[in-house]
Amino acid sequence: MGAVVRPTSTAEVADVLRDAAARGLAVVAQGRGTKQGWGLPVSVDLVVDLSGMDRVLDHQAGDLIVEVQAGARLAEVQARVGTEGQRLALDETVPGASIGGTLATNASGPQRLVAGTARDLLIGVTVVRADGVVAKAGGRVVKNVAGYDLGKLVVGSYGTLAIVTEAVFRLHPEPEVRRWVSVAADDVHDLVHAVVHSQAVPWAVEVDGTTLSVMVGGRPDGVDARVGTIRGLIGGSVSDTAPEGWGTYPWQPGETGLKVTFVLSGLRDVLAALAEAGARVRGSAGAGVVYAALAVPDALPRLREVAAAHHGSVVVVDAPDEVKASVDVWGPVPALELMRRVKDQFDPDHRLAPGRFVGGI
Amino acid sequence: MTPGVRAVATRARELLAPDAVIDDRARLRTYECDGLTHYRVVPALVVIPEDADQLAGVVRACAEHGVPFVARGSGTGLSGGALPHAEGVLVVTSRMRAITDVRPEDQRAVVQPGVVNLDVTRAATPHGYYYAPDPSSQQICSIGGNVAENSGGAHCLKYGFTTNHVVGADFVTAGGEVVPLGAMAPDAPGYDLLGAVVGSEGTLGIVTSVTVRLVRLPEEVRTILVGFHSTDAAGAAVSAIIAAGIVPAAIEMMDALAIEAAEEAVHCNYPAGAGAVLVIELDGPAAEVAAEYDEVERLCEVNGAFEQRLATDPFDRALIWKGRKSAFAAVGRISPDYIVQDGVIPRTALPEVLRAMGELSAQRGVRVANVFHAGDGNLHPLVLFDESKAGEAEAAEEVSGAILDLCIRHGGSITGEHGVGVDKARYLPRMYTEEDLDTMQLVRCAFDPDGISNPGKVFPTPRLCGEVPGRHKGAHPAQEAGLAEVF
Repeated sequence: MGAVVRPTSTAEVADVLRDAAARGLAVVAQGRGTKQGWGLPVSVDLVVDLSGMDRVLDHQAGDLIVEVQAGARLAEVQARVGTEGQRLALDETVPGASIGGTLATNASGPQRLVAGTARDLLIGVTVVRADGVVAKAGGRVVKNVAGYDLGKLVVGSYGTLAIVTEAVFRLHPEPEVRRWVSVAADDVHDLVHAVVHSQAVPWAVEVDGTTLSVMVGGRPDGVDARVGTIRGLIGGSVSDTAPEGWGTYPWQPGETGLKVTFVLSGLRDVLAALAEAGARVRGSAGAGVVYAALAVPDALPRLREVAAAHHGSVVVVDAPDEVKASVDVWGPVPALELMRRVKDQFDPDHRLAPGRFVGGI
Repeated sequence: MTPGVRAVATRARELLAPDAVIDDRARLRTYECDGLTHYRVVPALVVIPEDADQLAGVVRACAEHGVPFVARGSGTGLSGGALPHAEGVLVVTSRMRAITDVRPEDQRAVVQPGVVNLDVTRAATPHGYYYAPDPSSQQICSIGGNVAENSGGAHCLKYGFTTNHVVGADFVTAGGEVVPLGAMAPDAPGYDLLGAVVGSEGTLGIVTSVTVRLVRLPEEVRTILVGFHSTDAAGAAVSAIIAAGIVPAAIEMMDALAIEAAEEAVHCNYPAGAGAVLVIELDGPAAEVAAEYDEVERLCEVNGAFEQRLATDPFDRALIWKGRKSAFAAVGRISPDYIVQDGVIPRTALPEVLRAMGELSAQRGVRVANVFHAGDGNLHPLVLFDESKAGEAEAAEEVSGAILDLCIRHGGSITGEHGVGVDKARYLPRMYTEEDLDTMQLVRCAFDPDGISNPGKVFPTPRLCGEVPGRHKGAHPAQEAGLAEVF
């Protein structure tokens, strides 16, 4: 990695990027560095470290919105909005994660079932382009269809289109209570379907190995009734705390970490293929997204076949560089040519996180 | 007809059924406007493809000959997004009405763009599912139009907008390429191009198939009609409900003038003498709804509600919604002409903005009826006027514009769901800087470098796509001319 600069404002980021553009430097943005290993390895001249932009700029509890700088830690934002009984419905899937990194990777956890992912919660964004131009899209209101929704494009773009410096999110009220119903089963497919198609409105349906855990939140009376419905469907025990490992990834350093997506009818096949590959599995089974840890990535082509048969995909999220060099990290990507054209417009010299993203973008 | 359009017409006749290519003036005129009827342009050619291949073929022909095209679904849009181009082709999707696949097990449906919004719900309901986005026009508006406009509806407070419910699409770019965007499963790898397309008002291309999320029908729905003496009191009740951590499926507000209009039109029998009514809908698991209902009733009471009516069956519920859903058209009963405005403010600014609107209305002598999605701060002021009286239309237009300025001043938006279209392009620079708009148009340049897909909409000034900033091939022209030196 190259030299590190630590700007403290959007204007400073703009200065840095203008200067980098003039010198033709390759640049990568970094929030808290918890997911820098994701995607393909990059080699850059300059790291723009956003940890100095860590403030919650505004929290309007009555409007259920929060405006934050990209380097703010997700946990700190949660603590701040929590004082007013609210939450940003994003899970901290990696401890210490920043807002910017969460946006760049569209990292999601159990709550995606009820609240979607960062793309669904982001309502306004300030970015600095590769040429140093500062631009905003969206705003401070949840409902807004004025102009293009650039927020959607930058979420999950791994920092290859622009550097996000500030973001506005919609918030959700913190529920009075949360309960988890957990049950062990060799085949969770039917149990997952029983819950997601029920009237219990599960807030999360997570699998961890052979354990299925369903979370509900809300008012005590309502939650009790919903827990009753869920137990009637799948049995299991009730807890008022999350099971261990809740909302975290199953892999350890040195292992190959996969994100596997599928339509819900494919859950059984996907889990069977992962079991056959010897994978450790955790994730949002009820939302069609699970994560898997593999010691060696040999089964990747077979897993891709199974996921594709169920309209999904397999991405190698995190793995040692030598593994990434030996496999197709992103897998097949439709519409790649159109994506390249978007990249060429935003970053014509390919200086932002070059080579990290799909198709070598 | 330009030579380009003539060439496209020839190609279209090879591809489409004879009655699906229209170029006679009388029939073309039936397509001259969408739901915003005071903008009218007769298109040079109308095509009505029956499938994706035909549609893509026409678009390819347009690209080849540099002919602008505009997509139109049911033509219910309220910002002129489907206003035709005089020297262009109008691509109408009304014959692409197949619901291709309903997959309740996967909580998905696949539909063609001309499918009517409510028909998706009708197809899913037997399986216990529905399609959540519900614009007021849902009985006639098309899914393709919803995708273009990122349509909302009364229930988007809890369930989100079109963008949160569309997961995949087959998409024809302005160059006529057919590309799949998104996927039936979540989080397709790569840029979220679909997220950029939804809400782009037809300026990037045309969808030929749309994969949507289906949502489980709620176990229980309770709709409450609440009468207040003033909009301030009703607004305070809304704030109290939100502050209590309740997210109703919908909270709608109507002021006295809007109530008066609805009464005249549909005899909805709203509480007599109300200065404002709220329509609040709670849905979800029965026990949860029951608990929330008790709280909502109490909060309305302490904030000055003088009457509350609960509907639990579909008949009573429809009666309550009738007044609200007919409000736009109903205003025609109390005023010969009116402008439907669409702006957004932070919810907490509601009392202040309403007061300012009242002052504006009094100063200019223009009546304004107010209907809002109060839960998310989306205002629909109805600005009343009589075109036959000198100066009234101008005064109404002025008040309508001033309302948008109020929205911007309070950190809101110039449109919450109707779109920018042709109507509000001139207001967009009040909300965004030149750099913001320039950056948005980078997306346009990637999708449609020649600017032939719905030109003249959304952006007041098109960007020349050749000017890619930062990209320098060879010497700068100024440098070559000896006018500048590299420093």
